[in-house]
Amino acid sequence: MSIDIKTARKAAHLARIRVDEGDLPALASELSTMLAMMEQLNEVDVEGVEPMTSVTPMRLKRRADVVTDGEMPAKILSNAPDAREGFFAVPKVVE
Amino acid sequence: MTANTLTIDAARKALRSREMTAVELTETCIAAMEAGAGLNAFVHKTPELALDQAKAADARLAAGDAPSLCGIPLGIKDLFCVKDVPTQAASNILKGFRPEYDSTVTSRLFEAGAVMLGKLNMDEFAMGSSNENSAYGPAVNPWKIDEAKRTPGGSSGGSASAVAGDLCIAATGTDTGGSIRQPAAFTGIVGIKPTYGRVSRYGIVAYASSLDQAGPMTKSVRDAAIFLQAMAGHDAKDSTSADLPVPDFEAALTGDIRGKTIGIPREYRLDGMSSEVEQLWNRGTEMLRDAGAKIVDISLPHTKYALPAYYIIAPAEASSNLARYDGVRYGHRAELDAGDGIADMYEKTRAQGFGAEVQRRVMVGAYVLSAGFYDAYYNKARKVRALIKRDFELAFADGVDAILAPATPSPAFELGAMASSDPVEMYLNDVFTVTVNLAGLPGVTVPVGLDKSGLPMGLQLIGKPWEEGELLNHAYVLERAAGFVAKPAKWW
Repeated sequence: MSIDIKTARKAAHLARIRVDEGDLPALASELSTMLAMMEQLNEVDVEGVEPMTSVTPMRLKRRADVVTDGEMPAKILSNAPDAREGFFAVPKVVE
Repeated sequence: MTANTLTIDAARKALRSREMTAVELTETCIAAMEAGAGLNAFVHKTPELALDQAKAADARLAAGDAPSLCGIPLGIKDLFCVKDVPTQAASNILKGFRPEYDSTVTSRLFEAGAVMLGKLNMDEFAMGSSNENSAYGPAVNPWKIDEAKRTPGGSSGGSASAVAGDLCIAATGTDTGGSIRQPAAFTGIVGIKPTYGRVSRYGIVAYASSLDQAGPMTKSVRDAAIFLQAMAGHDAKDSTSADLPVPDFEAALTGDIRGKTIGIPREYRLDGMSSEVEQLWNRGTEMLRDAGAKIVDISLPHTKYALPAYYIIAPAEASSNLARYDGVRYGHRAELDAGDGIADMYEKTRAQGFGAEVQRRVMVGAYVLSAGFYDAYYNKARKVRALIKRDFELAFADGVDAILAPATPSPAFELGAMASSDPVEMYLNDVFTVTVNLAGLPGVTVPVGLDKSGLPMGLQLIGKPWEEGELLNHAYVLERAAGFVAKPAKWW
């Protein structure tokens, strides 16, 4: 399946990456090349095969549902591009 | 010969016998690192930290409390978080990021007395096979046969270049589809990707979590065994880390593989494969036969589907993992225009911060996970992945102890050689290595010879899950038989 400009625009939006309109045709062509490779999988008979969920046959461990760490807001915020009064600051989200 | 050219094994002997101090060894490596700028391998240097660690190592050595890595100067791939040291996964989106904590791997290495010289170049977020997708510009292969500069491979290209160029004694790498083994092969060094779950992923910037695994890149198989020992083991902070005892890998290096069965997978003999790669593979096969192993032809029928399955699963996981780079908690945030909302902030930040290949993979990943395509692409790939793993399980159940295969389809190519190719052509570099990540197996590359132009070529051995010791012993036999001693002439 080849990717058209509309689908390329949708993929960029899903990925939350701004792509200029002028760059969409090249992006569509690159994504089409990648999908063409993926479509080789259509040759494989996967009837009755379970999709892999874990490469090693082991159960994920559980731990007690208790707080083990915390009380370090300064460290949490130390790399933020914009932090104010102990919070991450972002542009207005709700009008 | 100066001390920076030593193996871990040789350096630890010299340190323990006090022929040399850790500070002297570290100063020699710092000088080599400073003189190695032309390789663009080290991208954040930490000489002061290194000297502090070396002094502490000397105190431990003097007290007789010296683990194998005590006082050994290492390079650390830029993917590993190190407290207060820039860690940006070669991406502009993490520019200025200084972690508040250490990865489990680096904290274990530091507990073992290792010395960190600095952070090493790589492909952005470990996505690439040539180190050309890097915010720092490409690392350069120390091997040179003409005027051209060559790739050290990727994504752990800086690690490979620094070890092969003797800027450090050894380095950490990570391998999601071949990112330890391919650069090791391109630079004439040893690299092992352990079994998935052997080494904790905590504090390693994530690319594709079901495939990522860290491992050592070293000058010898023995060094790989020593280094892996210090990295490996269960970690409660990584729920996929295996709660299994870690055997003594170095003790497994007996050099005896008599009676072992080596599988030669016929599907790895690709159409149009270079005759040099084929001859190297045949030579390696004879070396193992001469060492007393039994050679059998095996079939891994789903091999050709590994690359397409990988390039669905890895981007899908990447699109999810890289969602965290949103300009809020760390790293780059785009300058916003008046009236821009939060979605504009995300989209502009990610367009500016991610390089072209990362953007492609994140978009493809979002696409194959999107409504209407999830089953056709992502679930299909996970089913094929199960079949690829089963191919290996059947071979091992038939009595195969290890599998010998090429590491790369060619020796190191020139930087820029793939610039006009489409992305899929670059992906073909991973054709011999991705199967191992999809199946979660350990794989190691060993330098075996030079091609006729004088560039190093490696072979790959693939082992059974959790049998890194036995795998390294096979690699040790191959290393001794091949007797690869060539070194790149210093030009940088």
